[in-house]
Amino acid sequence: MVNNREIYLDNSATTPVFEDIADRMREIAVQQYGNPSSLHRKGIEAEILVTEARMQISKAMEVRPEEIVFTSGGTEANNLALLGSVEANRRNGKRIISSEIEHPSVLETLKRLEQQGYEVLYCPVDACGRVTPDALSSLVNEDTILVTIMMVNNEIGTVEPMAELVRAAKKVNPRLVFHSDCVQAFGKIPLNPVKIGLDLVSLSAHKLHGPKGVGVLYINSRIALKGQISGGGQERKYRSGTENVSGIVGFGMAADRAVSGMSEHSKLMNGFKSLLIKRLQEQKIEFRLNGPPIDEGAPHIINLSFPGTWGEVLVHFLESQKIYVSTGSACHSRKADQSHVLKAIRLPKREAEGSIRISFSVMNTEEDIETLAQELASAIRRLKARR
Amino acid sequence: MFDAILIRFGEIGLKGDNRGFFESTLINNMRKALEGTDSEVIRSSGRIMVKTRGEHARILTRLQKVFGIVSMSQVKIVEPEMESIYRSAQEILDDCDPKPSTFKAESRRADKKFPYTSPEISGKVGAYLLEVNPELRVDVHQPEVTINIEVRDKQAYVFKDASAGPGGLPVGVCGRGLLLLSGGIDSPVAGWMAMKRGIKLSVVHFHSFPYTSERSRLKVIDLAKVLSEFNQGLNLSIVNMAEIQETIKERCPERFRVTLLRRLMLRISERIARRSHIQTLITGESVGQVASQTLESMTVIGDAIRMLVLRPLAGMDKIEISERAKNIGTYNISILPYDDCCSLFLPRHPVTKPQLNRVQEAEAVVDWEPLLDKAVNNLEIVEL
Repeated sequence: MVNNREIYLDNSATTPVFEDIADRMREIAVQQYGNPSSLHRKGIEAEILVTEARMQISKAMEVRPEEIVFTSGGTEANNLALLGSVEANRRNGKRIISSEIEHPSVLETLKRLEQQGYEVLYCPVDACGRVTPDALSSLVNEDTILVTIMMVNNEIGTVEPMAELVRAAKKVNPRLVFHSDCVQAFGKIPLNPVKIGLDLVSLSAHKLHGPKGVGVLYINSRIALKGQISGGGQERKYRSGTENVSGIVGFGMAADRAVSGMSEHSKLMNGFKSLLIKRLQEQKIEFRLNGPPIDEGAPHIINLSFPGTWGEVLVHFLESQKIYVSTGSACHSRKADQSHVLKAIRLPKREAEGSIRISFSVMNTEEDIETLAQELASAIRRLKARR
Repeated sequence: MFDAILIRFGEIGLKGDNRGFFESTLINNMRKALEGTDSEVIRSSGRIMVKTRGEHARILTRLQKVFGIVSMSQVKIVEPEMESIYRSAQEILDDCDPKPSTFKAESRRADKKFPYTSPEISGKVGAYLLEVNPELRVDVHQPEVTINIEVRDKQAYVFKDASAGPGGLPVGVCGRGLLLLSGGIDSPVAGWMAMKRGIKLSVVHFHSFPYTSERSRLKVIDLAKVLSEFNQGLNLSIVNMAEIQETIKERCPERFRVTLLRRLMLRISERIARRSHIQTLITGESVGQVASQTLESMTVIGDAIRMLVLRPLAGMDKIEISERAKNIGTYNISILPYDDCCSLFLPRHPVTKPQLNRVQEAEAVVDWEPLLDKAVNNLEIVEL
């Protein structure tokens, strides 16, 4: 049986842009194309659009609009957060603390800081991918200037106990800056930086049906941060460069929608997870859930291992049925490609090899999940028969 | 400022009776290579010339990929009279960067009715240039630039030293070959070397989707595009080996997997070649690099078919091959990290010195004919 409908289940990688958002962005690109810095009416018109989008994002996180800085995406937001806060606070100390399961845009930036002479410590995680407040606070000292820990892990969906982590770290050293990469969390679980105590928060538009190429860094107004891109001084000198007006408007719309529908969306996607697990059990497929129990993880991410198969091959088998999922660990022949997250939760090699990540969006249906379960089961049977 | 490019070809001249065929093949290849440029390839009195209207840089780059061209000169075409010749010689000199301090003039008089002999023409052009350019000197032994004058009955050519072409033989004069193209560094170089010896290429690629990524297929198409420029068009057959690999894995001993797979690839290649009247297969194997490339292995693998297999890289080492690949332009594509025939099927301990009778026994447990038929019938063809 060949399935002819496209089933997209790789929404942690990126999401399709909602039609009306794409339409609005096109309209801006051809009609309200002004440069927000221009003195004339076309410029003011564009500036107002950016201001409105800034309001939407700040409302979604219950922060002040002037604490929102638009960037070119999550990666730039993470770079700016880390490099900018360290540069502004370098007199206060040399230690930076992170976790073993961060996104490469954090880990690679930390490597650069290490080369500059900073001491970077990586807090281990438990078998579910959680950083514990005790483990974190044991690393914090007087010399610590920055802690950066992601809110939701992109590969296994772990939700970090962020409020407790912030409290534990700041109890030891109240002066440190606490950053969180919330790219996978925003719009999926409640996110209120002020309540949690976060100083810096990174967001990205394309994970919630907004466009690629737009992100946000929330900068608490009490925090010193040095911009990393010099130029015309846009975004209050934190981020020079002509604003991506259509992208920013798209982000505002997407954020508004994601946050206002959050509890309903989360119920829907949690339902997908339970349904998939149930069907796999009925089909007597041997599998293991990686990361947190399904009711504790982020609603849209589930990571499963099918021992005796290869994740990469499962991806291609499903792809041949127009079902798109992702793998954390690439082909076993290339060590460099093994997932650092699966390694950090100490998943045995055989299970890491056979792991895939399935990530949902509100555009999926139960029927998608039924088809996925069927095709997944048949691919696994075909592969195992050949071992 | 130039009007044409004069083409010289070397080995063609040596081939006696076949000369006409070689020349017309070269001209056809040049015409294909220059499609879309404002130029015209003509043959006149035993020479091949490209008449141009500008775009010289672009045209020269394309001609660099036409095998059989030994050297090329950009020429000015003028009236066969001394004033015009002087003026062109000076213009060519002015165009030199940096300015030469020594030169010589060389002449050929094809039109014997022209009032001056060849040495007289050289002498007059030399004298003119010395007068106009007081800082310039003549050096007949090691001049920095040579101004060539060729006088024909209706026109004269004026040009400086030639630049080297790619050499070799025009693609097509030595028949046709089927290259087994993987995604690696070696096989594109093997194909390039075969083309250089005048073999017109077709290409076959084996993949094992869904065990491997769609990206590896795109990578091979990119490699084939680079080769296609030297081949003036290329035909790529893509064969899916997934089912054959599954069968090998299921039914045959693990340590023979690579040997058997390569034997079956050769069989499929032979079929494709025979039905397209291609005389030889070409592979990127080099002696002793990996387990499957020992002499024992090559013997057992080659035993699978009755067709000539050329291995142009047999005597080259990895560094030489990589250098060549960089010059051809395939290296940066080859090093992209996508597997083609899936490493998931690779045995942990492949046999390095297989015995033919053992391999034949292992192979005999399966009737491969229907699987080979299916693979050949379902192949995908990409015209580049």
